[in-house]
Amino acid sequence: MKALSQKRRHPLAAIALLLMGLLVTGGLYAVAGTVNEAQATTTTYSAQDIEEGEKLFVANCATCHGLGAVGAPEGAHGNQAGPSLIGVGAAAVDFQVGTGRMPMQMTGPQAQQKPKQFTDEQTMQLAAYVASLGAGPAVPEEQFLDASEGDPAAGGELFRVNCAMCHNAAAAGGALTRGKFAPALAGVSEKHIYEAMVTGPQNMPVFSDANISPEGKQDIIAFLKTIEEQGSPGGNSLGSLGPVSEGLLIWTAGLGVIIAFTIWLTQRSS
Amino acid sequence: MSASTSSDTYQPKTSLGRVTNFVDTRVGGSSIVKEFGRKIFPDHWSFMFGEVALYTFVILLLSGTFLTLFFDPSMAETHYEGSYVPLKGVEMSVAYASTLDISFDIRGGLFMRQLHHWSALLFVASVSVHMLRVFFTGAFRRPRELNWVVGCVLLILALAAGFTGYSLPDDLLSGNGLRIIDGVIKAIPLIGTYLSMLIFGGEFPGTSIVGRLYVMHILVVPALILLMIAIHLFMVVVHKHTQYPGPGRTETNVVGFPVGPVYAAKAGGFFFIVFGVVAAIAANFQILPIWDYGPYDPSPVSAGTQPDWYIGFVDGALRLMPGVIGGFPFEYVIFGNFTLSLNVLLPALVPAGILFGLMFAWPWIERWVTKDTREHHILDRPRNAPFRTATGVAGVIWYCVMWAAASSDLIATHFLVSLNDVTYWLRVLFFIGPIIGFIVTRRICLALQRKDREIVLHGRETGRIVRLPHGEFIEVHEPLNDYKLHRLVSFESPEVQPAEPDANGKISGKEKLRGRLSRFFFEDRVAPVTPAELVAAHSHGGHDEIETAKSKAEITSH
Repeated sequence: MKALSQKRRHPLAAIALLLMGLLVTGGLYAVAGTVNEAQATTTTYSAQDIEEGEKLFVANCATCHGLGAVGAPEGAHGNQAGPSLIGVGAAAVDFQVGTGRMPMQMTGPQAQQKPKQFTDEQTMQLAAYVASLGAGPAVPEEQFLDASEGDPAAGGELFRVNCAMCHNAAAAGGALTRGKFAPALAGVSEKHIYEAMVTGPQNMPVFSDANISPEGKQDIIAFLKTIEEQGSPGGNSLGSLGPVSEGLLIWTAGLGVIIAFTIWLTQRSS
Repeated sequence: MSASTSSDTYQPKTSLGRVTNFVDTRVGGSSIVKEFGRKIFPDHWSFMFGEVALYTFVILLLSGTFLTLFFDPSMAETHYEGSYVPLKGVEMSVAYASTLDISFDIRGGLFMRQLHHWSALLFVASVSVHMLRVFFTGAFRRPRELNWVVGCVLLILALAAGFTGYSLPDDLLSGNGLRIIDGVIKAIPLIGTYLSMLIFGGEFPGTSIVGRLYVMHILVVPALILLMIAIHLFMVVVHKHTQYPGPGRTETNVVGFPVGPVYAAKAGGFFFIVFGVVAAIAANFQILPIWDYGPYDPSPVSAGTQPDWYIGFVDGALRLMPGVIGGFPFEYVIFGNFTLSLNVLLPALVPAGILFGLMFAWPWIERWVTKDTREHHILDRPRNAPFRTATGVAGVIWYCVMWAAASSDLIATHFLVSLNDVTYWLRVLFFIGPIIGFIVTRRICLALQRKDREIVLHGRETGRIVRLPHGEFIEVHEPLNDYKLHRLVSFESPEVQPAEPDANGKISGKEKLRGRLSRFFFEDRVAPVTPAELVAAHSHGGHDEIETAKSKAEITSH
């Protein structure tokens, strides 16, 4: 300990402390930020499911979406607390509730993803209730969710043409207007990717089966899972954000290390 | 050459000595070494960015040569059959396929690609930092004005080299960038469309642009850079190196280390250090993952599409430009069927034009305003030239606002703010950021100069409080040693040069402007401490309080 305390006035001590601090906070943040998501399985809905779902809906969703899911009345500027859910289908409920976006924590440009608030069974019951109100996209069948059956190359082409303009070519996410955004797609389950495509949550357009066939959707899922699993062949991906994070690295770490060496080289030996 | 006459009589004893002597008597190597080996270079870390630029350029040449062995600049269509699964069977250009092959199927290829790209980023960064160092220390003043111009040309060539290389792999990202360039070219009035057709060999994207860029990238631009580097270094040798002020350093000498042996060893070693740093980055951090972006196709555009950092400010200016302001459109159709796209033309050309124009012209602007035509080999500390430092910071801030605008989408998603608000704020900062930067920087410089004055006249505050016999408390000030003192007093501070009438007794408009600029730059200058002031201050002994009040009056009277 004595040796350590003697080095506290070393020129690099401040840098070492800063690095340690950054590592600790970064590490804690990474641990705290990890959210595990389990997969839900779907079955056919019984009358009891619908009944239970209605109870859950009245208790948790009706404040904004209205009793009977008819939607809240429009306000003075045409904004609405919650839209009507008649005809959105079970897939929409499964996506919104299953990814934790609903119930919303607060109003904002877009519902934020957070740890989910309902169990898989409750989610299924809510979906059953909303599906009973009007026909809409159902929770997808397992056969289209198997990424290993899809063609990642074909999926990549579909992704670049239909999705990359918002979600980024490497699915790293991107900004939309007025605080809205397209999220990064790593870690999203196959089912939720599929449901997002058929229901168009938040600001996303709907990609119906006429637009992208179920097989095409499966290819897209295969592409996303392939690039997620392969990692980045060239080393740290720097968030897959492209030239901005590359430029940031060279101006901070790259140039910083070079400057440290120049100072070392020009130091007098005295 | 005197060496050759004496070598006739010299007989080496070993065979190596005889070979060396044979070569030396014909090439005259020893006299070159004698001349260059004794060249003096001052030692300061901020003088080494030019070297970093030179070394990264050497790395670029080496890694680039490797890449040319495997890259095929053809836009012929092919179906990928390499080992990267998510692109198997996808239709793409041969250029893109060969870049994929370099990345996945050629041993060491991915490392060399990343080494090449990372050193390109560091190359332009070190050129920029080198220029900032030269600017803020006033190293561009006579006799080095032309070398400053050569440096500016080198910066432009570096940008050209970077951009032409960025577009070669024919991936979606570079294709998007090329499309923006195409848009800018087409926005040039009258000739735009013809120029675009000429460059792309027909409609965008055509089938010849990659081959054309390849010739520029591996032949024309590097050859021009090499030529400019040769001129640049030759002028450094002719002018000798500048130095920071210090005891024993004058306008007629250079204090430092001779090239041989220590400096040469350090510089040689520094090449390997730079190579090592870039190689470590290339081995650990992915850059331009072209397989993520996919082959170029004019229809898709990816979110988060940005150019490499050095072109970012132009992209940012394009992002900041509104298409319409309060019902006033920037795009019109004139003479029936000509479209004038000022919304593209203005942001793409005007900010870059102003930045580079001011950069090229600055040595002459400063000369004109200060009427200082003397030679300068001693550098300014940035605080001792508040007008120049403030102008430089204003320029840097203007650049950085545009630079930030190029990543407006990432600022929005990563700091959870609205993209629109980011754009609005940056639009405001585009105009007032440089002004605020100028004022604040100048005030900081003047304050630092006043602090220097205070320290010179009254010494360093020791924090030791002494009570005198009659009850007065004083803080003991410790005088500076001569080395530190020298650094704080030996600088020049230009004075206001009012407009003067010419031979006919008239003050021209240009001269009036010069006079106004001179007053604007120098009216609140802080004068360096004169020897008389120093003697006067030190003769007072311990009467700090009286003295401080007096010297404050002195400062304000200047």
